[in-house]
Amino acid sequence: MKGNEALAEAALRAGLQAYFGYPITPQSEILEYLTEHAPQRGVVVLQAESELAAINMIYGASGAGARVMTSSSGPGISLMQEGISYMASAQLPCLIVNVSRGGPGLGTIQPSQGDYFQAVKGGGHGDYHTIVLAPSSVQEMADFVFEGFRLAELYRTPALILADGALGQMMEKVELPKEGSLPRTDKPWATVGKPAWRERNIITSLHIEPEKMEQVNLELQAKYRAMQKEVRYEEIKTKDAEILLVAFGLAARIAQKAVELAREREIKVGLLRPITLYPFPSYGISELSRKVTALLVVEMNAGQMVEDVQLAVSGRRPVHFKGRMGGMIPSPEEVLEAIESIAESYRIPAFERSM
Amino acid sequence: MMRAHEIIIAGFGGQGVLSMGQLLAYGAMVEGKDVSWMPSYGPEMRGGTANCIVIISETRISSPIVSCFDSAIILNQPSLEKFEGRVKPGGLLVYEESAVIQPPTREDIEILAVPALQEAMKLNKRQVTNVVMLGAFIERRPLVSAEGLLKALKSVLPERHHHLLPLNRQAFQIGRELAQRKEATA
Repeated sequence: MKGNEALAEAALRAGLQAYFGYPITPQSEILEYLTEHAPQRGVVVLQAESELAAINMIYGASGAGARVMTSSSGPGISLMQEGISYMASAQLPCLIVNVSRGGPGLGTIQPSQGDYFQAVKGGGHGDYHTIVLAPSSVQEMADFVFEGFRLAELYRTPALILADGALGQMMEKVELPKEGSLPRTDKPWATVGKPAWRERNIITSLHIEPEKMEQVNLELQAKYRAMQKEVRYEEIKTKDAEILLVAFGLAARIAQKAVELAREREIKVGLLRPITLYPFPSYGISELSRKVTALLVVEMNAGQMVEDVQLAVSGRRPVHFKGRMGGMIPSPEEVLEAIESIAESYRIPAFERSM
Repeated sequence: MMRAHEIIIAGFGGQGVLSMGQLLAYGAMVEGKDVSWMPSYGPEMRGGTANCIVIISETRISSPIVSCFDSAIILNQPSLEKFEGRVKPGGLLVYEESAVIQPPTREDIEILAVPALQEAMKLNKRQVTNVVMLGAFIERRPLVSAEGLLKALKSVLPERHHHLLPLNRQAFQIGRELAQRKEATA
């Protein structure tokens, strides 16, 4: 199955109740698949007149307690930022999928990771974060829909899947999660009509008194601290690594191939793949960085994640970068070259290194 | 044990380049291999260039995108020019004979020219050119059994086209025989 189709089918199996979206390459198959398969399964699918409309429909449906999802690519996700910020503030769960493409601007339809900052630093206005999951295979495109809904509802927050065009378009073997394996959660805050026995529920992101607004912010910050325990990452061949690669999504697959090639040349390289980009695996990177000589971040952008890796490493080790931009994908051989040049420049006798 | 086998299939849009790759990947998947199929998805359409990378492996595939290939299946001149140099030494390059004006020149790889279009025309169905090519390729690199591939064809082909299965089976067999004959004369 194509990544986009696997994601769409997984959403149906995860108990999706409503999808609102607007077509854009390279994620249109999500909307197409859902349009074809969702209505007969009792799921609302609507092609909105714009991404702005779509995200506000998501806001409304989520407020009413529905399990909702939207998807787009860079330009469309930018349009949605106002709504995402509102939802973060109003503490509404939803799943947003960004099958990203080369930017900035209208850019290109080829795969890119240039939306990293937008995804992990909030994206819209105000002090907020969304949970960000970064799949690196078609299997994870499906699995992370479940994980995304689960976390979004647990923390009452928008969650985002940051994929890229290649993951959306490629086909791989996939075992789809079982239908109904994600139970519905209680949503006592939902605006579904006020019974006599309780106060009315209010969902809003507007609090004119700054004292009240600060209180909302404190709640949000407490929630983001609590979320830190959801950090997930994968380590590959890190045990004896002297150079540590850090890469997410498709770039991690390419980096892994480069690790294989480098190991054939007896260079001890490992890979840490952040699976959650927010919360970021700072601690894992920090711990591993103590054991290695240097780090190399591999991305399909200008080096956006380098900043987060540097923060985690806090100057303890040099952090290098290899990447391509604008829809170009670094080849495993290019990454290997970067590894080789780092190995060359840090060729320190073993006894000195252990100091 | 077979490591990963990395294949590029390239030609014009409409020649069945992408579906050929899907067939290979699906056939290998059914036989328990790990597979990936990565299409070029630019603004390609009938007449534009199209290609896909198929990887078949006994173990988990790392990068679905690679720049050098164990095998190349080539259906037009621009693709030959682009990918001839990216076949690994000792690798295989299969190309459609009539679509290529300047044949490949490398001597460190195995080269197989297949008059697939001509054979498909004899069957009055130029659309099966790709299946002839696939038959020739599989004869040289039996990554998937013929039965597995034909089973895959049944799953990949929409039901309304199932009456074409026997024709595809025939085209596939012709491809295999062409490759066998070339072997005998080589």
